Amino acid sequence: MDLAFTQEDEAFRAEARSWLHAHVPASPLPSLETEEGFAAHRAWEAELAADRWSVVNWPRAYGGRDAGIVRWLVFEEEYYAAGAPGRVNQNGISLLAPTLFDHGTQEQRDRVLPSMATGRTVWAQAWSEPEAGSDLASLRAKGVRTEGGWLLSGQKTWSSRAAFADRAFGLFRTDPDTPKPHQGLTYLMFDLRAPGVTVHPIRRLDGKPAFAELFLDEVFVPDEDVIGEPGRGWRIAMSTAGNERGLMLRSPGRFLAAADRLHALWQSQGSPRGARTRVADALIGARAYQLFTYAAASRFLEGETLGPESSLNKVFWSEYDIALTETALDLLGEEGELADTDWSERYVFSLAGPIYAGTNEIQRDIIAERLLGLPKGRR
Amino acid sequence: MRFLLDAEQREFAASLDAMLTAADTPSVVRDWSCGDHASGQALWRRIAEAGVFALAVPEAYEGLGPRPVELALAFMELGRHAVPGPLVETVAAATLLASLDDTGPAKRLLPALAAGETMATVARDHGYALDGEAAGIRLSLTAEGLRLAPGHGTERPSLDPARRLSPLDPGGELLATDPPLAPALLLARLTTAAQALGVGLALLDRTVTHVKRRTQFGVPIGSFQAVGHQLADARIALEFARPLVLGAALTMTEEDVAAAKVTACEAAYATARTALQLHGAIGYTAEYDLSLWLTKARALRTAWGSPDECRDTVLSGVRRW
Repeated sequence: MDLAFTQEDEAFRAEARSWLHAHVPASPLPSLETEEGFAAHRAWEAELAADRWSVVNWPRAYGGRDAGIVRWLVFEEEYYAAGAPGRVNQNGISLLAPTLFDHGTQEQRDRVLPSMATGRTVWAQAWSEPEAGSDLASLRAKGVRTEGGWLLSGQKTWSSRAAFADRAFGLFRTDPDTPKPHQGLTYLMFDLRAPGVTVHPIRRLDGKPAFAELFLDEVFVPDEDVIGEPGRGWRIAMSTAGNERGLMLRSPGRFLAAADRLHALWQSQGSPRGARTRVADALIGARAYQLFTYAAASRFLEGETLGPESSLNKVFWSEYDIALTETALDLLGEEGELADTDWSERYVFSLAGPIYAGTNEIQRDIIAERLLGLPKGRR
Repeated sequence: MRFLLDAEQREFAASLDAMLTAADTPSVVRDWSCGDHASGQALWRRIAEAGVFALAVPEAYEGLGPRPVELALAFMELGRHAVPGPLVETVAAATLLASLDDTGPAKRLLPALAAGETMATVARDHGYALDGEAAGIRLSLTAEGLRLAPGHGTERPSLDPARRLSPLDPGGELLATDPPLAPALLLARLTTAAQALGVGLALLDRTVTHVKRRTQFGVPIGSFQAVGHQLADARIALEFARPLVLGAALTMTEEDVAAAKVTACEAAYATARTALQLHGAIGYTAEYDLSLWLTKARALRTAWGSPDECRDTVLSGVRRW
């Protein structure tokens, strides 16, 4: 048991640090939830990719460095410590890519991953529907069999990044006559600019079009864009949910850097007593999250599956993130109200954390039933 | 980086757990709380036979230590089983004695301490010592140095009936005028954190068992979301305290140990509050065994560094993680 990194890991860290030092934009990019900011963030993805820093843990064939999970953690620590921009293709990289590695075909990986790595194709997710949120398996958007593929119809909503993204992935009901709602679902990728797709941006709390409604009217998707077997989509979507994907959705590097910035802000304000506990807890929470993740990564490397414990992780970071950004706004005093600061951007983003990627209520249900073994109850 | 217990460490924790499970610790705690130390002393010797105290004693004094990771694992088990006595104080005393320039006191006192023949307690700055009556070695740390106190003053009850606090008598042999305190205080803080984590894990475990069995409105109360979610929160708090405790045992930096202490103690205490609430009135009784852990979770919060002191250490740390 040790927390020591190898010489090679440290050399990797130094290489990442020096690259980031030379390339990270001196002033923050415009918000990635705006058209201008989206384009700037897409260009940043290309800059990262040009030197193989966009997906370090992927195989080299797809633009990565085969760096493994430990060096991915190292990279993320350096990345956020350097104040580098948010990742516009996070949905693709941390949700779709692991699914393709586990369940996709070679042809799909060869076709989809390289352009994801460079940001040429930015991905949105299409899970929720107006009547299917936490009860995702009740979704109704359907796929009807046609020559060489499927015709998708229905409505998806809360589709993050969809206002400006290129393609989307999600679940569709391809068999309406199954005994259980989570059967008969198929995991598909589709083009947001295909005929029959209408993207209707939704403005989040601060007015920025961070997500969208998708209206689909007989949108043709070829068979080559079905991931795994038709009708098995639920299992495919869930099988990676608890695996490294749960571990990689939010890296500790983000929170370590944010906590350090909060600490610096607190000190710059004369270390006010009132915020002392909250600032200390932000520092401690970042360390706890880092070590929790190191432990999970170590188990993952031993071949263990992580499973429902990713629910612990999700509740922790989403609540932690809000507490941290709230503290920053409080410290800023009347400036804390301003909407055009980095801290307020972070704050608004953090408010969505307990809601997306499975609400924290759903996560607590999973912890209660699957980790603690409590009887399933009425929800 | 491999932040994972190895097989030997897991085996050590499991064998300690098995031994303590068989020892019927709740009845030992009851005896101890009445001032009857015989069963506690017998258990103490078995804990020593398992090698626990030797982990804090350097090899030069017939020990195996210092081994903070194994000590943290051991203290998690001791906390899980609510073992009474000056456990933390004994390993802190061992560290203190072993770190003195004069090797005389260590040579004289440590072998018996490693073997579990003697318990030790420590008071700082004329404060309280835990279980001064049961301890054969009473160390008093004051501005003038480290003394072997000749006895203890009037005992006061703790909120945890298994703990008794008393000042130590002045005078006694002066062992050192300027003893190095930091390593002993750090180990005391770490082992208190680990013990608290164990207390929290036991509270969660017992409460989960209770809510599966207890039926109201025709169903186990554990099927209610209001119950399940409170326990989920307890699990989250404890599972994020665990890596802090083990990480601190590896690095032994002031910041990591302070972070582990405040987080483990707050997680254990929050779990105690949840455990009490979900047990209902039965949990509020001294007679029900849950009380042995409930009261300890409160006591450990302020022992060897209050939440505030620990947060100050984190904030004033120059070293980032």
